[in-house]
Amino acid sequence: MPKWFRPAAVVCFLMLVVSPVLIANAPFESTMGLVQKIFYYHMPSAAVFLFSALLCGYASVRFLVSRDSRHDRLAWAAAEVLVLFGAITLVTGPLWARKAWGVWWQWDVRLTSSLMGWMIGVAYLLVRKYGGPGADKLAAGLALFGMANVPFIYISVNYWRTIHPTTNVVPSLPLSMGVPFLFCFAAFLLLFVLLLKLRLRLEEHRARVDELYLALEDR
Amino acid sequence: MTKRLVLIACFLVMVLAPAAGAGQPPRPQQQDEFVPVSELPPQEQLPSPPLVITAYAFAWLAIGGYVLSLARRLTVVQHELERLEADTRRGR
Repeated sequence: MPKWFRPAAVVCFLMLVVSPVLIANAPFESTMGLVQKIFYYHMPSAAVFLFSALLCGYASVRFLVSRDSRHDRLAWAAAEVLVLFGAITLVTGPLWARKAWGVWWQWDVRLTSSLMGWMIGVAYLLVRKYGGPGADKLAAGLALFGMANVPFIYISVNYWRTIHPTTNVVPSLPLSMGVPFLFCFAAFLLLFVLLLKLRLRLEEHRARVDELYLALEDR
Repeated sequence: MTKRLVLIACFLVMVLAPAAGAGQPPRPQQQDEFVPVSELPPQEQLPSPPLVITAYAFAWLAIGGYVLSLARRLTVVQHELERLEADTRRGR
């Protein structure tokens, strides 16, 4: 592991431990009250979910063009992180919505396209696990759809009538809410980098194991 | 004969149905105005703390579970790698 990994992991852990204290001390939103505090984990996890989908798609394009397995490994690692943070987003969102909107789920554009993006990530992992030979290219194709879906998820709330708040919420946050939000956002970004690095290392080890098996068979 | 019986039955239903309806309790007045969530009666209001706690608990458990799963898989592969490297060295 690189030298920065351990200190960064400690910092990330401490940030995640401190984050509930900052969130608890943040002021209550006037109309939603306590339940709005789900936002401090919901929005950063959604952002990381979208970053992962973009990274997975980008690495897949590089892999399809160059056939370099390093890009394929990066895409696989990003897909797993995508599914993790997508699950957090899709679980914390309805818990918030039940109180704020009165329903667990609404088939509006933002929610439906996010669910689709997450299902593409799950499909990617299933193809990689059970797809057999050629699954890497098939999964890379899937990742392209996942990447194309990201701008659609992001702008959907601004272009269609939807129950979900628009993208103007974060820039308009007061400082007392903005500081805990940015803190959580930084913690989730750091967590994203660390998990990606760890998952990438697993794939590198697996590739090395395969190489050694082949080398032993050739003797 | 049968036709006459059917006609009598229809007549009785038409005459008696409103009378039977009149015996029922009056329907509650329908709500035709928007009611803010904060003004709902207590039995209709959903408490926030369980939702917030569930959301944060899920996030922590999902992240923790994933880290543990990664650590376990890394340990398995690391052991396999060490074993294979030892085999390769012995084979030289």
